[in-house]
Amino acid sequence: MNPFTGFQAMAYKETLHAVRDRFALFAAFMMPLFQLVVLGYAVDTNVRQVPTVVFDQSGLSAGDGQSGNSETRAFIDRLGNSDTFHVYRHVRSDDEMNAEMIAGRARVAVKFPPEFARNLLRGQSAEVLVLVDGSDSAVAGQAVTVSGQIALDESLRRLLGEHAPHPIDVRPKIMFNPASRSPNFFLPGMIAILLVFVTTMLTAFSVVREKERGTLEQLIVTPVRPLALMLGKITPYFVLGLSEMCALLLFMNFVFQVPIHGNAPLLILLSTCYLFVNLTIGILISTKAASQAEAIQLAMMIILPSVFLSGYIFPRDNMPAIFYGLSFLIPATYMVNISRGVILRGAGAAELWLDALVLLALGVIVLLLAARRFRRMIL
Amino acid sequence: MAAIIAENLVRRFDAFTAVDGISFTVQPGEIFGFLGPNGSGKTVTIKMLCGILPLTGGAAQVDGIDVVRDPDSVRARIGYMSQKFALYDDLTVRENLRFYGMVYDIRGAALARRMEEIIARIHLEPFLGRQAGKLSGGWKQRLALGCALLHEPHILFLDEPTAGIDPVARRQLWDLLFEFSGHGMTFFVTTHYMDEAERCSHLAYIYYGRLIADGTPLSLRQLPDMTPAGTYRLEITTSEVTVALRRVRALPAVRSATIFGRSIHALIDATCPQQELARAIGDDGIRIEDLRPLAPSLEDVFVELSERRQRELAA
Repeated sequence: MNPFTGFQAMAYKETLHAVRDRFALFAAFMMPLFQLVVLGYAVDTNVRQVPTVVFDQSGLSAGDGQSGNSETRAFIDRLGNSDTFHVYRHVRSDDEMNAEMIAGRARVAVKFPPEFARNLLRGQSAEVLVLVDGSDSAVAGQAVTVSGQIALDESLRRLLGEHAPHPIDVRPKIMFNPASRSPNFFLPGMIAILLVFVTTMLTAFSVVREKERGTLEQLIVTPVRPLALMLGKITPYFVLGLSEMCALLLFMNFVFQVPIHGNAPLLILLSTCYLFVNLTIGILISTKAASQAEAIQLAMMIILPSVFLSGYIFPRDNMPAIFYGLSFLIPATYMVNISRGVILRGAGAAELWLDALVLLALGVIVLLLAARRFRRMIL
Repeated sequence: MAAIIAENLVRRFDAFTAVDGISFTVQPGEIFGFLGPNGSGKTVTIKMLCGILPLTGGAAQVDGIDVVRDPDSVRARIGYMSQKFALYDDLTVRENLRFYGMVYDIRGAALARRMEEIIARIHLEPFLGRQAGKLSGGWKQRLALGCALLHEPHILFLDEPTAGIDPVARRQLWDLLFEFSGHGMTFFVTTHYMDEAERCSHLAYIYYGRLIADGTPLSLRQLPDMTPAGTYRLEITTSEVTVALRRVRALPAVRSATIFGRSIHALIDATCPQQELARAIGDDGIRIEDLRPLAPSLEDVFVELSERRQRELAA
């Protein structure tokens, strides 16, 4: 018997369900866009304007009460000009300085000892204490690096003279995202994650609802085949997922000004493989879950690893071997790579066909698994 | 050719035997009432006959097709309607019908013609655009029947189709069943209502996996041993049924006694004549309004058969 018997009927009915519940459909469509906007504006991994206090004992010894002498002032100005530090206050004691740090008002405290200016003028090594709040590793890392660079720069200037060229001049050039804009890096990956929600959840719900209402029992007594039933069910959500993908790309491109270096139609084409896997995973979940609440829990078990192991947040190269291995089983891993590849690196089919193929293969495997479970559930 | 032939059907779930070697034959055009207590194996039997539950043993033919060898063809030729009215609440009456038509691969003009036919037969015209969830119970049930009949099945299985439906809707559904049955369609119905059982042309009674009665309603009521030798049945109408029942049950000669409205149906040893019984009940203030001999009802028959089977099992 034709394994696709009943596909049309299922697709017809499922589309009616989706269209009938307009509010749910609208919410499902708008939610990822909303999240894209919120996260797009909120996520900025570039460390800027870190609140900094200065305790200048050397300046106090100069007697004017402000950070008075030119040696410390030059250094403080350089800190302020770096864009990393924002000096918001000068304090006059260790207690005051510590209080600012503990209260979290200051992330960085810079302390010049009394002998700072004197040692510098004598040509001796002058020490500066830079206290860094380690509770945010990104801020701490950046503060240490930048303050070190400023000190090194200042030292070289003093040794070599004001306008002398440095012996070695490193000229780093960041490819693909020259301005290091956070949206450029985050949004292409985020698209992959946001798509999981729409596709996996909606399909999982649609089958579980039929279980809860008892209509599945009726379908089983008809000639509808498991494969046709599943494919018919995912059809409208596939269309929804595809429009979501396009909407997310448009938002990313026009609202957040993230340029697409590669071929956008190719990206959409490759993303169909990803949508397919997620939809089949939704179906697989629904064969297991008895209620919508259970379906949400199971879907979460799929979605959370997608967020953490796909390389969207944490680079996969730094993961322990076991998680690195696991990340190969997560569809989002491939989609994050495809999305960043096309959008940021301008990669084409030649570079990304394997990712798409793996997604397609995963989708077929999950679909067959689900079909088997379906058959067993029926009998 | 028989519509349904079940031969020694067995279904086990691990150690539990849900259906234990039952056999019966249903002729085309019959309304076959399949009765039995909850959990006695009715639904399991239906599922096996519909080709969605494999048999552990035995054989079954539905519409001339072996359900083990070709369950797909069986599913295409039968209709199934459960007590839950498996309709899509958010789809309209017309959409529900169209969906079930498409499921059975009816297309285009044929589908439109078939839908018109069913709509006219079941009188669904006023509700075509209404969502199924907004229909009353009786109309949901009619729509479910329409959906199950759209592909012109030869045999329709109805699993407690009237559970929770008001008496008028129940009567209307049965009128529809008779009408379709008159056109040669076979119905396989499970029910707990004795008045529905009375309307079937053929009854079978399953009790914990075993078939313990099979025949027409009349032949079952006339089973010789329903009123065992040396006993008689009596209907006792009285002003105080509950008190009277207690007294009747206390008499050693009374085998069983049940209340029906304002009267008691009792099975009594012949050693205890009516007058003695009347004296035992009707002293201080309890008035006996009527005493009359009683033929066993279908319910009596099923209760008697069940209890007998229970005693066999216990022995």
